[in-house]
Amino acid sequence: MFDTSIKLALTLSQIGAVMGVVLLTVAVLTLLERKVLSWMQDRMGPMEVGPYGVLQPVADGLKLFFKEDIIPAGANKIMFSLAPILVLVPALIGFAVIPFGPNWTIDVMGVEFKPFVISDINIGVLYILAFASIGAYGVILGGWASNSKYSLLGGLRSAAQLISYELNVGLAIVGVLLLAGSLSLVEITEAQAGGFWNWFAFDPVPFPQFIAFVIFLIASVAETNRLPFDLPEAESELVAGFFTEYSGMRFAFFFMAEYANMILVSCMSTVLFFGGWHAPLPFLQAPGMFAWVTGIFWFTAKVYFFLFLFFWIRATLPRLRYDQLMRFGWKVLLPIALGNIVVTSVLAYIFPN
Amino acid sequence: MVGGLDLFLDYLAKYSPIVVFIILAAGFGIVTLVLSYLVQPKYPEDEKLSVYECGSEPFSDSRMPFPVRYYVIAMLFVIFDIEVIFLYPWAVTFDQLGVIGLIEMMIFIGLFVVAYVYAWRKGALEWD
Amino acid sequence: MATFVFLYFAAVIVMAASLVVLVRNPIYSALSLLVMFFHVAGLYVTLHAEFLAAIQIIVYAGAILVLYLFVVMLLNVKREEQFNRQGPVALFLGVVLLTEAVLLTVSRGFTVGAPEPGREGAAVGNTESIGEVLYSTYLFPFEIASLILLVAMIGAVILSKKGIMESK
Repeated sequence: MFDTSIKLALTLSQIGAVMGVVLLTVAVLTLLERKVLSWMQDRMGPMEVGPYGVLQPVADGLKLFFKEDIIPAGANKIMFSLAPILVLVPALIGFAVIPFGPNWTIDVMGVEFKPFVISDINIGVLYILAFASIGAYGVILGGWASNSKYSLLGGLRSAAQLISYELNVGLAIVGVLLLAGSLSLVEITEAQAGGFWNWFAFDPVPFPQFIAFVIFLIASVAETNRLPFDLPEAESELVAGFFTEYSGMRFAFFFMAEYANMILVSCMSTVLFFGGWHAPLPFLQAPGMFAWVTGIFWFTAKVYFFLFLFFWIRATLPRLRYDQLMRFGWKVLLPIALGNIVVTSVLAYIFPN
Repeated sequence: MVGGLDLFLDYLAKYSPIVVFIILAAGFGIVTLVLSYLVQPKYPEDEKLSVYECGSEPFSDSRMPFPVRYYVIAMLFVIFDIEVIFLYPWAVTFDQLGVIGLIEMMIFIGLFVVAYVYAWRKGALEWD
Repeated sequence: MATFVFLYFAAVIVMAASLVVLVRNPIYSALSLLVMFFHVAGLYVTLHAEFLAAIQIIVYAGAILVLYLFVVMLLNVKREEQFNRQGPVALFLGVVLLTEAVLLTVSRGFTVGAPEPGREGAAVGNTESIGEVLYSTYLFPFEIASLILLVAMIGAVILSKKGIMESK
């Protein structure tokens, strides 16, 4: 009984910490995105709230929290309120299997405890894919429940886009699984120890997964509904897509889910293709019991690099047309991803590790 | 040898944090929505509650039927998704399976490609 | 403890499954089906079939149910419309399935509680053991499965071809 309560307390604090960091990062990202975009366009960005506008996320959050939350006439009230939660929850719980530090097991008063991963399940990759596919429900239901033409059209478009690109995510990952021989994210990270030449994106023998990484990245941008794939919320034609009718805190949830998904996808890229918490060069990793300091540092640095990439892509590329988007997913990415699997498996058979 | 009960407890230890996480995340969502509901102003008006349609009155039921194309994409997705699922157990046991596993999967991917080319040629992947 | 977990999942599965056929709004049906899929996945986890649990959610909840939702929106079913004509067929099938279930339960002996999970997956993990068995012992059924998927694909394309032509 005592063991169980200690275990529960540890788990609760761990989940609390992870959720807190994720939500805090979401808040930081809302500011960072505007700032980065502004600098790229030679502007200042938000400057009014606090020094250099750093308190802008607080102001935005408070404003949304105290806003009137309108449920449009003719909407299905239950579904309308459920949809934002159905979008936000899958985006948050994906972090349960992400290892953000060394795979240590420490002993806390007789209870085994892994400080740097909430739960190391054997099917970590599938777990994330499974909950990513649940995110589509919130989008469809939100669009349907609003009783607005723009919302419904946006919701359906978004769902079709999500499922099309999910296929490419699933195919791009297979090469990594082949090399790592496991679905556990912890073991995939462990297989990439020792320096950047061992990271799956670069590992020359049997075959570098860089192409798979590019496919994964493109498909992830599409799955998170970011530019240049933000067709469901293309403001010039669909107003705001599936959340046209949303306001206040429910609107904020869709927004938070989008950013949380961005962070999750960046973590996935880091873990699957770029060695997770491992340093790019062996001597950049602190020895012994201080390895976690550099581990978390490198993990965070890589994740922020991918987040920056998201902003960069947004600032650079124009939006695709919907037929181009579907054609690109089905006719360009899918064959390349399949070819990557064939080449990787044949080479992995000829040059076994 | 791991006994039945021990194994069960092992799984419980691995999956209970996930259950707790789901409950906490859903709880966070619900509590935030309820708190926001309690503090926000509520002044409903007919005009404000009407759905957005470029400022004009909505003129037909918004839950209109949709192009069959979406349905086709969803069907293709179901089939391809199952094919992709078959790749996962193969990928993680690739080292143990040897050349037979490789040939088998090449045949499987070959049939996958046949199905894909068929769908392409018949225009199921077109959007125009 | 195992029995308690099993009973929870079993109860929710039965309730959600009944709701699927009892509620009138097809969207609510789809949602209770979603709840059911998740609890079936939970049941798989207690049976140490993690891989199946993940597949349950990815394929059924992530793909097939999304297809259902698309159909529901495509058909735009009004709440008042009902399809009562299948009544006799449903009754016949229900009686057959119920008899089957009762016979199976009687012949196996009736017990309440969690079924004993398989031990094979304990050492190497569920996905690995499925992979090893599926691609060696069950090689032939696996290739048959890929043929069936090909047939399904051709069927899907032919069925929808008319629709594609019309919407052009």
